[in-house]
Amino acid sequence: MSNVLVFVEFNEGKPAKPGLQALGAAHTLAKELGGSTTALVIGDGDPGDLGKNGADKLVHVGGEAVAYYSPDGYARVIAAQAEAVGANVVLASATPMGKDFLARGAAIAECGLAADCTELKVVDGKVRAVRPVFAGKALQTVEATGNLWATLRPNVFAEASSDGSAAAEQSDAPFGAGDLKAVVKEIVAGVQGKLDVAEAEIVVSGGRGLKDPDGEGKQNWENLNALADALGAATGASRAVVDAGWRPHADQVGQTGKTVSPKLYIACGISGAIQHLAGMSGSKVIVAVNKDENAPIFKVADYGIVGMVEDVVPALTVALKEALAS
Amino acid sequence: MDIIVCIRRAPTTDARIKPGADDKTYDPAGVNYDISEYDKFAIEAGINLKEKHSGTVTVVCMGPKGATKEIRTAIAMGCDAAHLLVDDGQHDSWSTAQALAAKIKELPHDVVLCGWNSVDNQSSSTGQMIGELLGLPSVSVVVGLEVADGKAEVERLAAKGNREKYRVNLPAVFTCQKGLNKPRSANMKGIMMAKKTQVPETPSNAPANGLTVVNLEPPPPRPDGKIVGKGAEAVPELVKLLREEAKVI
Repeated sequence: MSNVLVFVEFNEGKPAKPGLQALGAAHTLAKELGGSTTALVIGDGDPGDLGKNGADKLVHVGGEAVAYYSPDGYARVIAAQAEAVGANVVLASATPMGKDFLARGAAIAECGLAADCTELKVVDGKVRAVRPVFAGKALQTVEATGNLWATLRPNVFAEASSDGSAAAEQSDAPFGAGDLKAVVKEIVAGVQGKLDVAEAEIVVSGGRGLKDPDGEGKQNWENLNALADALGAATGASRAVVDAGWRPHADQVGQTGKTVSPKLYIACGISGAIQHLAGMSGSKVIVAVNKDENAPIFKVADYGIVGMVEDVVPALTVALKEALAS
Repeated sequence: MDIIVCIRRAPTTDARIKPGADDKTYDPAGVNYDISEYDKFAIEAGINLKEKHSGTVTVVCMGPKGATKEIRTAIAMGCDAAHLLVDDGQHDSWSTAQALAAKIKELPHDVVLCGWNSVDNQSSSTGQMIGELLGLPSVSVVVGLEVADGKAEVERLAAKGNREKYRVNLPAVFTCQKGLNKPRSANMKGIMMAKKTQVPETPSNAPANGLTVVNLEPPPPRPDGKIVGKGAEAVPELVKLLREEAKVI
């Protein structure tokens, strides 16, 4: 029997989508292994309803020491819980938080970490994790020599529904705030309401074809933002426009930015350098708008429009708004 | 101030990656190497700290015997010394972190800097693991770093573009992200210095991996796409396809 421990990330008091997806993956895996799923919530957040999302057992670790995020604090909590529940598999979503502390947690447990996995499967009784490497230029399948610690890419695994109603086991972190090495003191909010490109279901990306936002490209970028707003999408960018300072690095998609797998990726004015293609080829559906019909982006796009972004992007916004309203 | 910068020798990001004959590692034929992108921000951060607070920047890198090109680039940028941990194998982040941490332990260190992620293995975990192994604080994905009086004020890029602020005691480990600085190019004096600098090579003694690679394969090919049409006139057809064929809106 194999037990799965999964950290469920909360955001403003509610389970975050990537957290529920990780829980869904844990639930599916535990069923296949004939084990149980323990959902771990640390700090702020009520795990009460997670029994409906695939958890067999709920553990909530609170108290002053974990009131604020701490990489070493959270790592200690999850490593201790992994031991307490006899977990053979320990999972978290590959969010900035999950990636940060699960690495330290795995080190406490003296295990490797399979980062940013896109598939978990059981072969001959052993869990295998598939993870894109080189930003998706290749897929690596790994097995753990001991217990498997892994982070799961957002938007890849489905949420689960179940009818569990276990009460959460409550405890305080077994250390004091003074024992922590690094603790968040303050969070400076990014742009309000901005979706993270790595977590969004739809991404609208702009490249050099949109031109300088402080010059002739001003309207193009406004059009791109309007398209993203119409779809509830996150905005992405190619490396060229980030290096030019036109867009923030948090938006960069590609081998030196973020690797994304949304259900819909719309590339506007992006020619498709190999590094960019690697970072977005895992998207379910790719749309490309580019004036050059020979642009490499059309080789990976499911649907392409050869045309000027100045004309196509606003027309697309209008048409999508109409379609979504009907 | 004693500053350690861990760098990784990785295939350049324009490399085409094909599985090798063993179907576990990539085929190195035709692949060029460079310092893994984010490690350049770590190098620059180390040199900045040295320029502000004086001290030395020591590079630690794991790689095949004689593979000092990347190390010499770091020295040419302004690092002072380097150690090559000789290793021909493929290591996961847990094994790599143990080899690097063992070397760092032998060296004086106030600040340990890494890139936040490697462009090849992409585990984004080696730095945090080094922190745990050395019993030091770690802050990952750092985009702001100021050091004074044995403490560091650090900004970390979290989800949704939020920035988390930390204040940690040194020594500490930081993994660096684009936005922290602009890595400099080497000048002629640096390049001459890099040629002359002795780079001690010692066996990495990297322990066994925590993960065993079962397989490395190319991603599944994408189905053939189609050009829907030209210009804004093609938009209605595209929207129809997205709704009725792809079913994504």
